[in-house]
Amino acid sequence: MAERTIIPFGPQHPVLPEPIHLDLVVEDEKVIEVIPSIGFIHRGLEKLVENRDYNDFTYVAERICGICSFIHGLTYCQAVEKVLNVTVPPRAEYLRLVWSELSRIHSHLLWLGLIADSFGFESLFMYSWKMREEVLDIIEETTGGRVIFGSAKVGGVRRNIEKDKLAEIQKRLDKLEHDLKSITNVFIEDASVKHRLCGVGVLSKEDAYHLGAVGPMLRASGVNQDVRVATYAKYKELDFVPMIESSGDSYARTIVRIREVYQSFELIRRTIKHMPDSEIDVKVTGMPTGEFCARNEQPRGEVVYYIKGNGTKFLDRLRVRTPTFANIPALLKVLPGSDLADVPVLVLTIDPCISCTER
Amino acid sequence: MSVLSKSPWVIHYDGSSCNGCDIEVLAALMPRFDVERFGIINTGNPKHADIFLITGSINEQNIGIVKNIYEQMPNPKVVLALGICATSGGIFKDCYNVYGGVDKVIPVDVYVPGCAVRPEAIIDGVVKALGILEKKREQDCGGNCSCSGEGAC
Ligand code: SF4
Repeated sequence: MAERTIIPFGPQHPVLPEPIHLDLVVEDEKVIEVIPSIGFIHRGLEKLVENRDYNDFTYVAERICGICSFIHGLTYCQAVEKVLNVTVPPRAEYLRLVWSELSRIHSHLLWLGLIADSFGFESLFMYSWKMREEVLDIIEETTGGRVIFGSAKVGGVRRNIEKDKLAEIQKRLDKLEHDLKSITNVFIEDASVKHRLCGVGVLSKEDAYHLGAVGPMLRASGVNQDVRVATYAKYKELDFVPMIESSGDSYARTIVRIREVYQSFELIRRTIKHMPDSEIDVKVTGMPTGEFCARNEQPRGEVVYYIKGNGTKFLDRLRVRTPTFANIPALLKVLPGSDLADVPVLVLTIDPCISCTER
Repeated sequence: MSVLSKSPWVIHYDGSSCNGCDIEVLAALMPRFDVERFGIINTGNPKHADIFLITGSINEQNIGIVKNIYEQMPNPKVVLALGICATSGGIFKDCYNVYGGVDKVIPVDVYVPGCAVRPEAIIDGVVKALGILEKKREQDCGGNCSCSGEGAC
């Protein structure tokens, strides 16, 4: 029998932009068992709610993760608004939707680049990130920031996007959507890409469901679940349907994300078309009392914010359950039995975001 | 441009950042900003690196890793603290697991502000680091070799 060896993977590793540590128990080239250890980026920011004003905490919530920053801030605001019984004006809801979907496009393009990098397709990596810059330009022009937007606030949004600007954004997105075909076709059709992704890391429908996977990881295994259907009133008005694949391998996860990118373009198009005229924020008075659990669909999956207010301007408790955390059990399920060379690809297929997992 | 004639290699480590600064580091390597045109390459191996880019602050878990990477890098070396978190702890300064900026454990040569730090600022910081690297190289060599103190060795 072949000897067992433990190979440490991370925390500082070329394919990982962020530190996570895995002890890979291998027999020859096959992975037998995986032992994760996390906590390298733990900051302890949930406790900060105890001495930050609940309005100011939106900035901290946005900095839980620099990639889905807007949706983090937004979900926090939604939770506080619910506790305070604030109704957000319709235009603010639609603007939030535009920024959420722009975040999704930029996050998925970022991921497509990273996955290409993990199987050594450097030029594809470069092209994906080049296209991503176009989205970041739009974000920067409308919010002022490239990765941390700072445009969500309790009671609405901080900035408006004027009508002319929306029309211009629409034109640029149309062009980008067209240009994007040149790289997504490579992911879908290229033989060398398929060779690295097809049949790698298969997660069955039952496992995905029972291990509580979320986001594209879950949908690629054929489970129809997307929080956008359940919680956001506005997505219903836009005829949103989740993207599902059935094969459950790395290729399926890639396809789900690519289809979601195009879907986001379509959602933004419909949002811009139906954008109502109204105020963009309401005045917020009172102090949060009571508790609420807000859910939202991030590019990586479902995020849950639990808040508890005690009638003062400081909250009692904040708890965040982030998508990567929910996907780690699924990752540990697909790694054993895989080749050592496929480990980077598999780690990346859950789209790990360690800073939000550890907070 | 004489300092740019040498190609510094960088290594990047994410302390306890929110990711915002990290993706900007990667963005600086991408076609839009393209630091590779200066010969700057992102390497995963500390022994190949001249410049240490660090984002995020220092905490209990990563203190040893940051020191370890720093010690493995060959002399001369330059450390860049990217973003407010790496400079002082920034918005997370009051968190119980955050010790503060990177300069708590290793000497920092260039501080690059911003939250998130912009790719242009990163490039500016790296260009400043090149000057410092050159100076350190001259000091280290001290003229005991064939270059007679010009640092060309
Ligand atoms: S400086 Fe800002 S963007 Fe950078 S890691 Fe810190 S919180 Fe994130």
